Amino acid sequence: MSVSLDDVRHIAALARLGLPRDRAEAMAAQLSTILQHMEVLSRADVNAVLEPAADAEPGLPLRPDHGPPIPLQAPLPAFAPAARDGLLLVPRLATHEDPEATS
Amino acid sequence: MTTPRPEDAPHGAAALRDACARGSLTPSNAVAASFARAEQVRAGGGAAAGPEGLNAILSSDRDAALARAAALDASLGETEPGPLYGVPVLVKDNIATLGLPTSCGSRILEGYVSPYEATVVARLERAGAVIVGKTNMDEFAMGSSTEYSAFGPTRNPVDRSLVPGGSSGGSAAAVAAGVTRIALGSETGGSVRQPAAFCGVVGVKPTYGRVSRYGLVAFASSLDQVGVFGADVDDAALGLEVVAGHDPLDSTSATQPVARYRDAAADGLAGVVIGRAAEYFPEQLDARIRAHCERAFELFRALGAEVRDVSLPSTALAIPVYYIIAPAEASSNLARFDGVRYGLRVAGDGLRGMYEATRSRGFGPEVTRRILLGTYVLSAGYYDAYYRKAMEVRRLITHDFARVFASGVDLLFTPTTPTAAFPFGARADPYEMYLSDIFTVTANLAGIPGLSLPIGRVGGLPVGGQLLAPHFEERRMFAAAYALERSLGEREETRR
Amino acid sequence: MSAGQPLPVADRAPSPLPAVDRYEMVVGLEVHVQLRTRTKAFCRCSTDFGAPPNTNVCPVCLALPGALPVLNEHAVELAARAALALECTVHEVSVFARKNYFYPDLPKGYQISQYDRPLATGGRLLIDGANDGGALAVGVTRVHIEEDAGRSIHDRFPGQTAIDLNRAGVPLIEIVSEPDLRSAAQAGAYLRTLKQLLEYVDVSDVSMEEGSLRVDANVSARPRGATRLGTKTEVKNMNSFSGVERALEAEFARQCAILDAGGVVEQQTMLWDGAAGQVRPARTKEGSHDYRYFPEPDLPPLVLRGDWIEQVRAHLPELPAARRARFRAAYGLGDYDVEVLTATPRIGEYFEQVARRYGDAKGAANWVMGEVRAALNASGQSIGQFRVRPDDLAGLLDLVRGGTLSHTAAKQVFARMVETGAGAAAIAEREGLVKVSDEAALARWLDEVIAEHPAEAARFAGGERKLQGVLIGLVMKKSGGRADPKRLNQLLTERFSG
Ligand SMILES: [Mg+2]
Ligand SMILES: [Zn+2]
Repeated sequence: MSVSLDDVRHIAALARLGLPRDRAEAMAAQLSTILQHMEVLSRADVNAVLEPAADAEPGLPLRPDHGPPIPLQAPLPAFAPAARDGLLLVPRLATHEDPEATS
Repeated sequence: MTTPRPEDAPHGAAALRDACARGSLTPSNAVAASFARAEQVRAGGGAAAGPEGLNAILSSDRDAALARAAALDASLGETEPGPLYGVPVLVKDNIATLGLPTSCGSRILEGYVSPYEATVVARLERAGAVIVGKTNMDEFAMGSSTEYSAFGPTRNPVDRSLVPGGSSGGSAAAVAAGVTRIALGSETGGSVRQPAAFCGVVGVKPTYGRVSRYGLVAFASSLDQVGVFGADVDDAALGLEVVAGHDPLDSTSATQPVARYRDAAADGLAGVVIGRAAEYFPEQLDARIRAHCERAFELFRALGAEVRDVSLPSTALAIPVYYIIAPAEASSNLARFDGVRYGLRVAGDGLRGMYEATRSRGFGPEVTRRILLGTYVLSAGYYDAYYRKAMEVRRLITHDFARVFASGVDLLFTPTTPTAAFPFGARADPYEMYLSDIFTVTANLAGIPGLSLPIGRVGGLPVGGQLLAPHFEERRMFAAAYALERSLGEREETRR
Repeated sequence: MSAGQPLPVADRAPSPLPAVDRYEMVVGLEVHVQLRTRTKAFCRCSTDFGAPPNTNVCPVCLALPGALPVLNEHAVELAARAALALECTVHEVSVFARKNYFYPDLPKGYQISQYDRPLATGGRLLIDGANDGGALAVGVTRVHIEEDAGRSIHDRFPGQTAIDLNRAGVPLIEIVSEPDLRSAAQAGAYLRTLKQLLEYVDVSDVSMEEGSLRVDANVSARPRGATRLGTKTEVKNMNSFSGVERALEAEFARQCAILDAGGVVEQQTMLWDGAAGQVRPARTKEGSHDYRYFPEPDLPPLVLRGDWIEQVRAHLPELPAARRARFRAAYGLGDYDVEVLTATPRIGEYFEQVARRYGDAKGAANWVMGEVRAALNASGQSIGQFRVRPDDLAGLLDLVRGGTLSHTAAKQVFARMVETGAGAAAIAEREGLVKVSDEAALARWLDEVIAEHPAEAARFAGGERKLQGVLIGLVMKKSGGRADPKRLNQLLTERFSG
């Protein structure tokens, strides 16, 4: 499977990674090479092994509904990049704005 | 206070602890000696002399460590000394510690100090260990050479022109250089066993779920496991005994009781069946590594074990499976590094610009590559062909091991790596670098334990042999490791 | 033909009806409900509201590097209870998945949710009277467990959005309906019925105003008689049930106008602006959402034993439909009374306790529906906080039935009970409201009234019977409501017929 420049742009946008054009092009070539090595999987016969019966697995441990919470040795504002009045700050988003839309 | 010379120090972490518990040595002495040795190798001196320092340790706090050691000194006679009483220990920089930064070798977490600590760190400290520093690593544990650390590569103490392996290269190098007897690393695809082999120390990757991941910064959650480096098998066994065990803070933590790994020294190998899987001895394998392995098989036979040829036919698929699943999980695990709550923030155009500037500036090229790869294989239209398929093939790999172990084979023995340590910059092609993990990723995919121990040298460089065991059969693995280490040592003695 | 194509002309035959009458609305609802747990879904932080911002947080819900989720068992139980009440099949194995997207109030960069193997599927909700007076069955596609995001505050600091993560990680269930709703009114009825059901099974505060219930609507329009679904849009940002209904009407009208003009409805997200009464497109690029769901590797599959599920089912409380039927049959109450007395689980329980103590269901129903509800409305209290407990109300009714209190006096006593929480008998005694049937006292009050109102008394004596009520009212007033009206009537008749 060959990865195009547009593919790289799309996934870089999904992953919030800004890539200049030259890096995006290099990345497209590298990912294409790597994915070529993955093609072998499409030929693997996976029918030989059935999915393990889920009830044979131990399953998810559950915890009782009470505290105390795991303490923080420093309050959030002490290590947050931007905070005011106990709130975290980020560049302004309009109500319900979808950050996808601003690309 | 006088600092004892390293050669005067007791041999082995257990002996060190016993000396401290007896009072013939103090935790303060032990910690001071460790810092002295760290200073030597930092400056480029030491037994394996070279022009540059190792760059194995990213952060340490001598005063804090000595203060803790002094408190341990004072506690002697009041509380029962723990199994690591007075033992200095190093911790990989992707494991959360309260006093020292946890940067994961990344700019995006440069200077970040965790406000909580990992369960393994709490366990070490409860056992009386003193954490003397955080070790260098490939950024977010993505790499096999420690060249991808944002804070410069770590050098192999055996030959400083070579990589120490990775991603836990700092821990491996520091133990090999004698800074501590025990260090924690982490594994996702071989990041403890491979550098252990390259640096000539012991590295153990326990069963998935055996050691808590709480506080281990996630790379690929279904594969990650904290591992232990030891200067010898006993150090690794002692370290693992301390950090292993159930943790209610990790939903994937196992509840099985922890075996006494150190008792495995007396178990022997009589009647044990050790598998020799053809797929781990390909034609192109370095003949000298093959010869070291064959000699190990001979020693196993001499110790009463049976060596049986077996086949793990899905092995060839392991690297492709691994390099789909691990980046996929990583792409999600690393989404939290967004400049909102902690770590680096780089301003950009609006929120979107802040995200992109922060993440582009904060992540290095290999991390970027893997996030993109993982995002791609999970994205609409590709999920079934890549991620779903990889998960299915992963079951084939698991099934291979299950079938072999169910057939009466107790352990497998393989080379840890296809080559010895390589020079800096030698693996410029990403996929070629990925192949460094070819013999180790299978254990992570199957969730079984693995251990690498030195089995000889090739061109003066250490090479490792790998033991693989069924889930939660670490003790069986240690029994073989103790026995092989002893036999190899005796051979060395007689050869001298 | 793909869903986005214009409809064939034949389907749009000219009609004298307005556009909205020529098309049919098709609606499916996605409802998020906060589960009422003490701690969050995956960490031990408190779910209390009103704490200072970012104080109910920990390594897990802040998504600090290295932290891991551990599921709250009570959240699972509440989710299963809700799913069973919705007649879903609760699966013995369900799987958590990561829904990946970036938003500053989503700390991990993914939401832990459930995707292809949800907790429960295949349920339905019956809505009485919503289908031309009959019951409407609305399919419930799925119920799954997920975690809430934090809160984004856009108007606090200029140029910045402020984030409070106290809510991040609070457990939610998402209840997805089939597209079985055909009008805004049906959608409203579905939501009211759902809210009532969830109150009965006691899993949530279910308050849309307080944000513990949130509704997104998928809505499309198609020509009446068509079977193929039109292109749907998702409507968000409603904050009341009536807002949902108005938003659906507005969006439906918008789609009808587009279709009527031969246009194509674009698949997009619309935002309801309640103040303007309009929907407007969200600034979202369609197709940009690619959530890259995959199984959450930090959480093994959720395995529930069959007998555990059956136990949860067995412990379900009586549900609204069953209670309505029982109230009709057991107490002989009419439809309206039943509706009022089963509106919330608490009012029904209150009524039944009064009825049981008092022995007369109709009398109990009248008081609960009348005085009790009026008092609750006046004070804004819930029945759980109400000071007059059922036993006390039954005690008051007993005094009326036994002739100790007049109805008028009983209302005064009740008012004092609401204020003080004291018992009826004590208040009646203290306030001197016990009914007076004593001949001498009644005669004295009557004499005074006749003396003060000679004209009325004369007219009554002259045969104007309608003045009897006036005179009795005057005596009642003079007695402070204590005069026994029955005895008084007799006395008055005797006095003027003598
Ligand atoms: Mg949802
Ligand atoms: Zn929390």
